Amino acid sequence: MDLTLVLAAGIGLGTVLLFAAVGEIFAERAGILNLGVEGMMLVGAVTAYSTAVTTGNAWLGIPLAMVAAGALSLLHAVVTIHLRADQVISGLALTFLGTGLARVLGEGLSNAGSIALLPRLTVPVISEIPIIGPIFFREQSVLAYVGYLLVPAAWYWINRTRPGLNLRAVGERPSAADAQGIDVVRLRYAYVLVGGLLAGLAGATITLAVSPGWFGDLTVNGRGWIAIGLVIFAQWSPIRAAIGAYLFGAIFRLILDIQGLGSILGAPNPFGPGRSATFFLEMLPYLFVIIVVVAGSRAALRRRLGAPAALGRPYVRGERGA
Amino acid sequence: MTLSLEPRVSPPRWLSAAATIGAVLVALLAGGVMIAIAGGDPIKSYVHIVNAAFGSIGVLSDTLVKATPLILTGLACAIAFRMRLWNIGAEGQLLMGAWGASAVVLVPLLPSGTPGVLLIPAMMVAGALAGAAWAFIPGILRARLGVNEIITSLMLNYVALSWVQFWVFGPWSEGGFQQTRTFPPEAWLPRLADFAIDVPLFSGLTVHIGLLFGLVAAAILWLVLERGRWGYEISLVGDSPPAARYAGINIGRTVILVFLVSGGLAGVAGMSEVTGVIHRLTDHISPGYGYTAIIIAYLARFGPFRVVVASILFGALILAGREIQPSGVPAMIQGFVLFGLIVAEVLVKYRVRIRRPAAAAA
Repeated sequence: MDLTLVLAAGIGLGTVLLFAAVGEIFAERAGILNLGVEGMMLVGAVTAYSTAVTTGNAWLGIPLAMVAAGALSLLHAVVTIHLRADQVISGLALTFLGTGLARVLGEGLSNAGSIALLPRLTVPVISEIPIIGPIFFREQSVLAYVGYLLVPAAWYWINRTRPGLNLRAVGERPSAADAQGIDVVRLRYAYVLVGGLLAGLAGATITLAVSPGWFGDLTVNGRGWIAIGLVIFAQWSPIRAAIGAYLFGAIFRLILDIQGLGSILGAPNPFGPGRSATFFLEMLPYLFVIIVVVAGSRAALRRRLGAPAALGRPYVRGERGA
Repeated sequence: MTLSLEPRVSPPRWLSAAATIGAVLVALLAGGVMIAIAGGDPIKSYVHIVNAAFGSIGVLSDTLVKATPLILTGLACAIAFRMRLWNIGAEGQLLMGAWGASAVVLVPLLPSGTPGVLLIPAMMVAGALAGAAWAFIPGILRARLGVNEIITSLMLNYVALSWVQFWVFGPWSEGGFQQTRTFPPEAWLPRLADFAIDVPLFSGLTVHIGLLFGLVAAAILWLVLERGRWGYEISLVGDSPPAARYAGINIGRTVILVFLVSGGLAGVAGMSEVTGVIHRLTDHISPGYGYTAIIIAYLARFGPFRVVVASILFGALILAGREIQPSGVPAMIQGFVLFGLIVAEVLVKYRVRIRRPAAAAA
C-alpha cells in the first residue's frame, strides 16, 4: 500500500472535515459554540444532492446547500445571541432539527439514480513536485482546492486583519470590544452564519465530491461531531484544524482500503466486509477523536491557552462578566 | 428597533407550564407546515399519531413499551443535565447495557437453567454495570483532565454501536444473521400478557416489568434529588462550581458519580429492551432512544416524574411515527419541540420588550 496514495485519497474526506471545522472555528472565535454542525451538514448534503438530481447541475448544489445550512445556523444565532439561550442545548436542538429536516427532504432520494460529480483537476507543474504533488494536486476535486485556499485565508483573516482582530475581541472580551465601538451582536451573527455556510459546503462536498448518494443520517455519520472535536484539538487554529482534518481523512480512507484487501500476510483478511473484526476498524476514527480531544485539552491546559474566553456566554451590555 | 430582555424577578408557576405546553403546540404547528410542504396531510398525520398511540388499550400498551427505555434514559440525562454535565452518550450506554445483560446468558456468565428470579436481577446488574462503565470514560476524562464531555460521550455512542455489531455479527451471531439466538424464557421480563389466564383483560398486552423499573427509578431519583442532600449538592455544582467548592463538595468525585448513575440508568434501559421486548441482542435495538432522551429531560425540566410524562408522549410519537410518511417527521418534530422549549424558557425567565429608537436620542 502506497502511503502517498492513501493520503491523496484521504484529501476528499479531509476536505469535508476541514470546511466544517474552519466554519466552527469562526463561530467559536466569536464566542458562539454551535453543536449543530452535524445537522447543518446533513441539510447541506441533502440540499446539494437533491439539487444535482433534479437540475442535473452539481455546481448549483453548492450555493443552495450553503444557503440552506446558513439559514439553519441563523436560527441558532437568534436563539443564543438575542434570546440568550444555552448554546449547548440550542446546538443539540439544531442537530435534531437538521437531521429530521434532512430525512424529510431526502425522502425517496436514496434511489434517485446517479449524478455527475464535480470535476477533478490536476494542477500542471505543481503536481510533479515529489510527495506534495501526488498527494494534494493530482486528480483532486475542485472543492479540495477551495479547501487549500480557505485555510491560509482563514488564518490570515483571523490573525492578521482588522476584522479578524475584532472577531477575536468579540470572542475573548466582548465588553471591551463593545467599548471600542465594535458591534458585538452583528459580528456574532455574521460568524455563526459563516459557520453555517461552511457546514453546508462540507455537506455538499460529501454528496457532490466524495460519496455521491443519500443514505439518510449515515451520509454524514458523525463527521459533524468529529469536526467539533477537531476544533478542540486544533485549539481554534485553522492551520492545525487542516492538519487534523487531512489526517482523519487519511484514517477513514485507510480503513476503507484495509477492508478492501483480499488477504493480510497470506491469511484471509479478518477485517473484510462481512467479517466481524471489521467493526473494530470502524471504531477507530471515533476513538481517535477522543484521543485528540484529550491531547488538545491537555496541551491547552499546559500552555494556558484554550477556548475563547467568552465562548458559550451570551453578551449583555452592562452586565458583569467578560 | 431593539429587542431587550428584562429578567422577571419571580416568574409565576403557571407561566412555566403554559410556556412548555405552548412550545409543544408551536412545534406541532411547525412540524405540520413542514409535512404540508413535503406533500403530506398534517391533520391526517396527527390524527393518525393519536389513534395509533392511544386509540385502544392494545396500542396504549405498545406506547408504554416504547416509553420504558425513554423513561430510563430520560432520567439518565436529567440527572446529568441538572449538574450541567452534558452526557449525550445515553445511546451508547444503553447499547452497552444491552450487551452486558446479553453477556449473562450468551457467554454465559450464569449456567443455563438458572431460574429467572436469579437470572433477571443478574442481567439487570450486568446491564447497569456495563452502562456505568461506558459513562465512566467521559466522566473521568472530564473530572481529571477537564476534557469536554459532549464530544467524548457522543463519540462513544458510535464506538458502542460498532462493539455491539461485532458481537452480533461475530461471536454471538445466529446463523450468520445480525442477531444473537433468542434468550431462554427464564431471561424474559414478565409481560402483562403472561397473566392473561388469570386476568383475561391483559391478553395481548405487551407492557413488561421494565416499565416498573422506570417508575421505581423515577421515584428513587425524586427522593434523592428533591429531598436529599446529594440532590442539593448536584444542583449547587451545576449552578455555581465555585460556591460548591467553598461548601466543601468534591466536584470531581460528584462528576464521576453522576456519570456512573446516569450510565447505569441508561444501561438498565438497554437491559430492559433486550429482556423485555426482543429477547435477543441485535444492533437495531434503539431507534435513537438515547438522543430522544435529551429532549425528554429538557421537556421535563429535569424533574423525574415529569420525565415519565414526557416519555409517554415521545413514546407515542416514536410508535405512531413509524407509519408516517415522510419517515423523518418524528425526528423533525423532536427538533422543533426542543427549539420551542428553549424559546419558551427565555419567555419565562425574561420579559421581552421591543423598543423603538427614541426620536430624540442624541
